[in-house]
Amino acid sequence: MQELIVILVDGLVFSSYLFMVAVGLTVIFGVMKILNVTHGSFYAFGAYMSATLIGAYYETDWPEFGGFLAIFAAALIIGVFFGIVLERGLLRFLYHRDEHIIVLATFAMFLVLEDVLMMIWGTDPYYAYEPMALLGIVDIAELTFDVYSLTLIGLAAIVGLGLWLGLTKTKWGKLLLAVIFDREISQAMGINVTVVFTVTFVIGAIMGALGGAYIAPTISVSPGIGVEVIVLAFAVVVIGGMGSIPGAMIGAVLVGVSRAAAVHKFPEIELFVIYAIMALVLAIRPEGLFAPAQARKI
Amino acid sequence: MNIYKRSGRATLLATGLAAAVSLTAGIANAADEVIMAVPTFLTGAGAPAFGVPARNGAEVIIEAINKGTLPAPYDKSGKGLAGRQIKALIYDESGGGAKQVTEFRNKVQRQNVDLFVGYISSGTCAAITPVAEELKMLTIFPICGTPRIFEEINKNPKYVFRTMGHATADGVAEAHYVKANMPGVKGYTGINQNYAWGQDSWRDFDLAMKQLMPGVPASDKAQWPKIFSGQYGTEISALMLSKEPLVHNSMWGGDLEAFIFQGAARGLFRKKKLLFSVADTSVYRLGKKVPTGVILGARGPYGIFAANVDTPLNNWFRKVYIDRYSVPPVGGSYQAAQGVLAAKYAYDKAAGMNGGKFPSKDQVIAALEGATYQGLAAKVHMNRSNGHQAATIHQIGILEWDKEAGEPIMTKVTTFPADCVMPPPGVNGTEWLKGGMKGAKC
Amino acid sequence: MRYLDKTVVGLSIVFVALVFADFFMAEWMRFIGLQSLARGAVALGLLVLWRTGLVSFGHALYFGFGAYAAAMLTLIGYHDAFLLVFAGTLSAGVLAFFLGFLLRRYRAIFFALLNMAFSMILYGVIVKTEELGSTDGFSVLTPTFLGYAPEGEAVQTTLFLFTLCFTYIITVGVHLYMKTTLGSMSMAVRENEIRVEYLGYSAEKVIHVKYVFSGLVAGFGGAIMALAVGQVDPDSMANWNVSGEFVFITILSGIGNVGATFIGAFVFELIRTYAFEYAPQIWQFILGGSLLAIIMFLPDGIWSLFSRFRKSEG
Repeated sequence: MQELIVILVDGLVFSSYLFMVAVGLTVIFGVMKILNVTHGSFYAFGAYMSATLIGAYYETDWPEFGGFLAIFAAALIIGVFFGIVLERGLLRFLYHRDEHIIVLATFAMFLVLEDVLMMIWGTDPYYAYEPMALLGIVDIAELTFDVYSLTLIGLAAIVGLGLWLGLTKTKWGKLLLAVIFDREISQAMGINVTVVFTVTFVIGAIMGALGGAYIAPTISVSPGIGVEVIVLAFAVVVIGGMGSIPGAMIGAVLVGVSRAAAVHKFPEIELFVIYAIMALVLAIRPEGLFAPAQARKI
Repeated sequence: MNIYKRSGRATLLATGLAAAVSLTAGIANAADEVIMAVPTFLTGAGAPAFGVPARNGAEVIIEAINKGTLPAPYDKSGKGLAGRQIKALIYDESGGGAKQVTEFRNKVQRQNVDLFVGYISSGTCAAITPVAEELKMLTIFPICGTPRIFEEINKNPKYVFRTMGHATADGVAEAHYVKANMPGVKGYTGINQNYAWGQDSWRDFDLAMKQLMPGVPASDKAQWPKIFSGQYGTEISALMLSKEPLVHNSMWGGDLEAFIFQGAARGLFRKKKLLFSVADTSVYRLGKKVPTGVILGARGPYGIFAANVDTPLNNWFRKVYIDRYSVPPVGGSYQAAQGVLAAKYAYDKAAGMNGGKFPSKDQVIAALEGATYQGLAAKVHMNRSNGHQAATIHQIGILEWDKEAGEPIMTKVTTFPADCVMPPPGVNGTEWLKGGMKGAKC
Repeated sequence: MRYLDKTVVGLSIVFVALVFADFFMAEWMRFIGLQSLARGAVALGLLVLWRTGLVSFGHALYFGFGAYAAAMLTLIGYHDAFLLVFAGTLSAGVLAFFLGFLLRRYRAIFFALLNMAFSMILYGVIVKTEELGSTDGFSVLTPTFLGYAPEGEAVQTTLFLFTLCFTYIITVGVHLYMKTTLGSMSMAVRENEIRVEYLGYSAEKVIHVKYVFSGLVAGFGGAIMALAVGQVDPDSMANWNVSGEFVFITILSGIGNVGATFIGAFVFELIRTYAFEYAPQIWQFILGGSLLAIIMFLPDGIWSLFSRFRKSEG
């Protein structure tokens, strides 16, 4: 019983991590049909920026909980800056090209940004553990957990719900859905697709950066953290259905809980869990669990 | 399509190709210098933990060799390697075996490199060894964990040397330490990164424990997190629920630091006794955040273990290093420096035997084979694998925080002789462990 | 003489020239050449797929599979290059044949990603197999060639000649195949699959055939790479970024001509070599920057430069 509860809690924490890592990717793919490898860079830049701002914040004697603002500020700064620069400066020239070319372009941009990261922050790691230490610990099923990791579940829920409501209940969201469904007709109907694309890309970038920024206090922010995230995020998004926010959520929970069960029961197979689920889902439902239906055009 | 643009691109390409061709002409080797290639991790996760400290350590020694400012016992042989200045080519080790083999060939044939002192990852060393032998290139591996280099890949090395003990020594020393300091331990488990280094570390420790403490059971649920995963919450829960009190851990770099943050927050280090194989790479950086009371190794007498080695050479090294990089040298710095010192020792000794004239490659190799030279922290005995594999003393201790000095220190350090932890010459490490470590002199 | 078009003649001239050059080339240049042939072969397979509109982000699966199959044979005592390369090629082809039944149903980004999922599973299996050295991999001893056991520089010279001959045959074969009915079906599938079906051809079968072919040549490239480097390891043979490099080379080359893939692979190696040498800390920056520049300014790849020259001359 204790083990079951622990598996569930561990699984949900890891699922939330996966969701935060993947949601930005799925937002951008959903609207723009771009598989954005640069997502890994957003994550890494978000983490570095967050660590830097948190470090700077705790140099001052402002109230301790204000450190959390630094996390969100970091995500906003990175997301808005890179979102606009990349979309306006690079991607918009490629929209008429083959989708694989765009993937490759974002891959190239990722390589470039990996080194830009090192030019700015060097190779030494950054730490920002204060927010994590601040929230302390709690006992669940006689086992100690750190509260900060548990707040990840709340953050993921808020982000997921917020994006979903924004998409289905607001005017902006409905415009987005129209663009997703048929870009050319929407344009003809007078929707400013250019602005929709820029805004979507910026939101996706902010989400990617927020993932890194929020994880930063629990890790050592060091070179290479962006690479690992890419494949992980791809897998979650593919499992859930590319472009679907509820799909990303279900995909993340499926992988997160299975992985937690594997770690507790059969740690040897942990490495395969995510790819096995991905291959299985793709073999049965190639569009992923929750893919939006697509019209067949002859 | 406008013509101006088109011709512009063509010109660009033509210029590029011309530049490429002219660059391939090769670089002339000035007669009075020795070109030393120093591959080390400059990018990626390996950079902060090993690559950059190793580069820094090598740079300090190379510069001192060129200026002739090394203290005793290297103060009498003049500037440079046998009188010639070192020109160091420091480059990135990232990208896997195939890329590094390509780069090795490039450096040898196009840049006329005279010797290599470098490589950190076991995978790269394994890939480079046959090529170095094929191209007859003097190559000194200062680090590299895997015993397979001279046990499987090349049993009769002529051009390849390794100037520190291999990974078998870590597992054996750790098991000896556990036996002496935790005689009543009820069992052990582990958390190791799921790749070659983690797998080898756990296997060697496990085999050594089975020999030294045969009644103590190993967990069948040792944890294998993916390398660079950074999220260890689930694994930490599993470890805290496990019944074994001792946890073996060979993680390094960002993974290790993330594990420490996440584990410390949840009280893992109070609940379980942790044994870290290579955590010395992070102790200075973590400062007060280091978990105290844990068992710690540094793959030999390096880094934090050498903090109190009071010799002119070591005191000089630490001072110069800290002045320049404002952090103390860690394991990688010591190990890389030790590799460069091997070159210094061998070239000077060979020149001595050659009547003071600059020695040939074969003479340098002969001088290093089977030699014993002074490293920064301990004497290095090149007495395994036909004199190409080093053996040194090994140290394990308990990490504590020194409040007065405000820095981490090692306590309860046990020093193991080389012949206690390394398999005897000519014996395969794994078979030696399985056979009960015959011939070990402890 | 309908088989003797410009491309075949051009390839033959280059082939003969390279055979002669083999004996005079600098060693490092020959090594880069060998790698270009190996990677170019994979890109050739991707090119064939790309003509049907499919891009795979996981061909390191077949590259790694071929490399490991060849390398594992050396572990049990076989060292003949013909046998090793044949085994590597065939085993990758068989794997592609079976996975093809599943993959041929998918298009666009799903096809690309499903390939990646399979390649990562292979990567995981290798990492977990300690007998094969896990991430360290293991070494491949010098091959023999039908009893001839070269030593020193002759190893690479012979291997280069060996690779050159097979690559030449494959490349000309692909070129001629493209001109057959089934071959030209590629473009039709890419443009409108449903119409192809109405014409009475099975688009899935067309794709399956091409997929198996791409698996075969990727396995060939992998086996050659294993012999050339003398070492197999998952990070340089089976990881996702290796697949990315193959797509990089394909885009660098463009789909205009079969020979272009080898030029693309060669240019790729040169960029990386010089970036490593002159900017060791920012070589990824240079590699990524070059790729971006090519995508932006040379949309049809390097080959378009040659065709432009030809046009402007005419």
